[in-house]
Amino acid sequence: MTSGFIQRHLLGTRTLSAAEILDLLDRADRYVAVNRSPEKKLSVLAGRTVINLFYENSTRTRTSFELAAKRLSADVVNMQTGASSVAKGETLIDTAATLNAMHPDVLVVRHHDSGAVSLLSQKVNCAVVNAGDGWHEHPTQALLDALTIRRRKGKLAGLKVAICGDVLHSRVARSNIHLLTTMGAEVRLVAPRTLCIPGAESMGVSVFHDMAAGISGCDIVMMLRIQNERMSGGYIPSTREYFRHFGLDRERLAAAKPDALVMHPGPMNRGVEIDSDIADDVDRSVIREQVEMGVAVRMAVLESVTRNLARENGEPWGDEK
Amino acid sequence: MKPMPGKTAYVNARLLDPASGLDAPGALLAEGETIAAVGSIGEIPADAEAVDCRGLCLAPGLVDMRVQLREPGEEHKETIASACRAAVAGGVTSMVCLPNTGPVIDNDAVVEFVARRARQAGLTKVYPYGAATKGLKGEEVAEIGLLADSGAVAFTDGERAVASAVVMSRLLSYAAGFGHLIVQHPEEPTLAGGDMNAGTTAGRLGLAGISPAAEWIMLERDLRLVEITGARYHAAHISTAESVAIIRRAKEKGLAVTCDTAPPYALLTEDAVGEFRTFAKLSPPLRKESDRAAIAAGLADGTIDCLASDHSPQDADSKRKTFHDAAFGGVGVETLLSAALELARAGGLGLLDALAKVTVNPARVLGLPAGRLTAGAAADLVLFDPEARWEVNAATLLSKSKNSPFDESTLPGRVIRTVIDGRTVFEAAHG
Repeated sequence: MTSGFIQRHLLGTRTLSAAEILDLLDRADRYVAVNRSPEKKLSVLAGRTVINLFYENSTRTRTSFELAAKRLSADVVNMQTGASSVAKGETLIDTAATLNAMHPDVLVVRHHDSGAVSLLSQKVNCAVVNAGDGWHEHPTQALLDALTIRRRKGKLAGLKVAICGDVLHSRVARSNIHLLTTMGAEVRLVAPRTLCIPGAESMGVSVFHDMAAGISGCDIVMMLRIQNERMSGGYIPSTREYFRHFGLDRERLAAAKPDALVMHPGPMNRGVEIDSDIADDVDRSVIREQVEMGVAVRMAVLESVTRNLARENGEPWGDEK
Repeated sequence: MKPMPGKTAYVNARLLDPASGLDAPGALLAEGETIAAVGSIGEIPADAEAVDCRGLCLAPGLVDMRVQLREPGEEHKETIASACRAAVAGGVTSMVCLPNTGPVIDNDAVVEFVARRARQAGLTKVYPYGAATKGLKGEEVAEIGLLADSGAVAFTDGERAVASAVVMSRLLSYAAGFGHLIVQHPEEPTLAGGDMNAGTTAGRLGLAGISPAAEWIMLERDLRLVEITGARYHAAHISTAESVAIIRRAKEKGLAVTCDTAPPYALLTEDAVGEFRTFAKLSPPLRKESDRAAIAAGLADGTIDCLASDHSPQDADSKRKTFHDAAFGGVGVETLLSAALELARAGGLGLLDALAKVTVNPARVLGLPAGRLTAGAAADLVLFDPEARWEVNAATLLSKSKNSPFDESTLPGRVIRTVIDGRTVFEAAHG
């Protein structure tokens, strides 16, 4: 019990131990079954308030968190910054203080700057879940990816995982690197030199600039989204050149293991980083399953941080009541 | 006019004068605003006040060649008066301020405003840099002749590099005709769009990196232009190992080149950023350990002439932000002496060499009448205890802004008394 996830916030995967990761994955696994049953509503978070504070546009992640909270019977409020006081120039710290005064139990925060969610977590009394901060971390994405992999492959340790594309600007990549290396997987980054993380080797991964070599023998090929602004920034010359060298199509996927799975955090750019033929291949692509796992993982995370906060405050929780 | 001070005899001191190499027990007699005698002063004159230095160090007051005072324009961060109070607490008796105020110091009226405000504060002597280009825009050379006539000691665009090669070339050429010094923030802006040093820490934190090459590419270019124009050139706050090597080669070639660094680059690394600590967000950024070691070595072997605080006050609202949004800079006038002493303790410098970097060397580079313990010089003095160690607590610093990268560090050296023009302007609270 004490080896499980006991932190008040979930800010990243770098600070998670293997035992904490397993605790969250096991809990999420149970919610997968709940979500597939007709009666999906549980009372775990009844009476609790979850605020989704999103400084970046997001449909899928916000919906996933909202659904997770509602399935656990929490009251959910969504704040999109375009329509709020943030647009009127309120600082991050002031917004944190304002929301904190409303006594939420959990703040789910997405922000465009690395470190923003951690900064905000220092200014509030509630639990904080990082829903993506800049290029830094996106821990629930890494957890849902891990859950998806574990359910398909039965394990994480020893698997060869290639993370391909714009890893430099990717919080998904960083969170996956930390989580997968902690769990004993072998992680490779495959990216053009200009889109690689400097000093990535110090994070315990190997780096490839050739797609075929990078995914060769891999169990998992995880594709990342490439943003249009990478062209204007001079990181890559064009989408067609990118697809030629770093896009995933059936021919290139042949370099991976015959049973290799293809993943993508979404939203996909079909024909830019991934060919539709692969993306829609139910035998190889687990992209839809990732979305399904996302809700279960977020239920596990929301439950866990709320429980940990309650215990921290000396309140009884669940069976302890 | 302030009343003329009388005679003061500082007795039982360890006299330290980097300019003459003096490090010996002795006394110093100040008469009026100047030093009358150093070393053996004979009988203490009957009309002199005697100050027992109890064997502690008496040195020239510090000359801090790079500070930002924020006045006029950003008085919520610092004023000339608040910076002066912080400076005297740190033993700084002369400081040279950057022109990046609002309005910019690119005309004689602002030079005179700064001089007047400093006179009113009546503490540390303030000398201004003039803008190198109008409005610090890097486009047109400022009126450096007129600025020099009204008191600007050298010319710089402050925190900005003069990036255009043609503007820099003309600026150096024009200034060389008058013998004026150009001070550059050596950083190629197109390579410096990030938030911290490019490297493994930035990679892990997901922050955009500032390449060390941004610094030395600009430095290499500038030194070629210096070679062509024969100008006097000073590189400010160098931070990379490669920069030290480049300056060393330029000096060997005989170019009129000098440089300084700031304490963070000799004592800290990018590790200080930790988990997004904005007090460690500096410009140039804190680099990796091999760079820090090379900077310390460059100070020790004389390649780096001066140590300047790079005092950059930022109020809480400017630092209590995400790392990307937070302002660059750290305060430093109150920790400059301690940093020099720490380098003498751990960085391979002799005590006199370390003090030279914060006294006579910057005074020489800028032609200031300061930084020497010699009869006839202004009685600008600092009495300090080199052994006393103190923990920097940003909240108790006297600067209006508290953004010290050395917050919570323990440093050697406590200022006991600061004297400017013969008048005691600061005394430590306890005995």
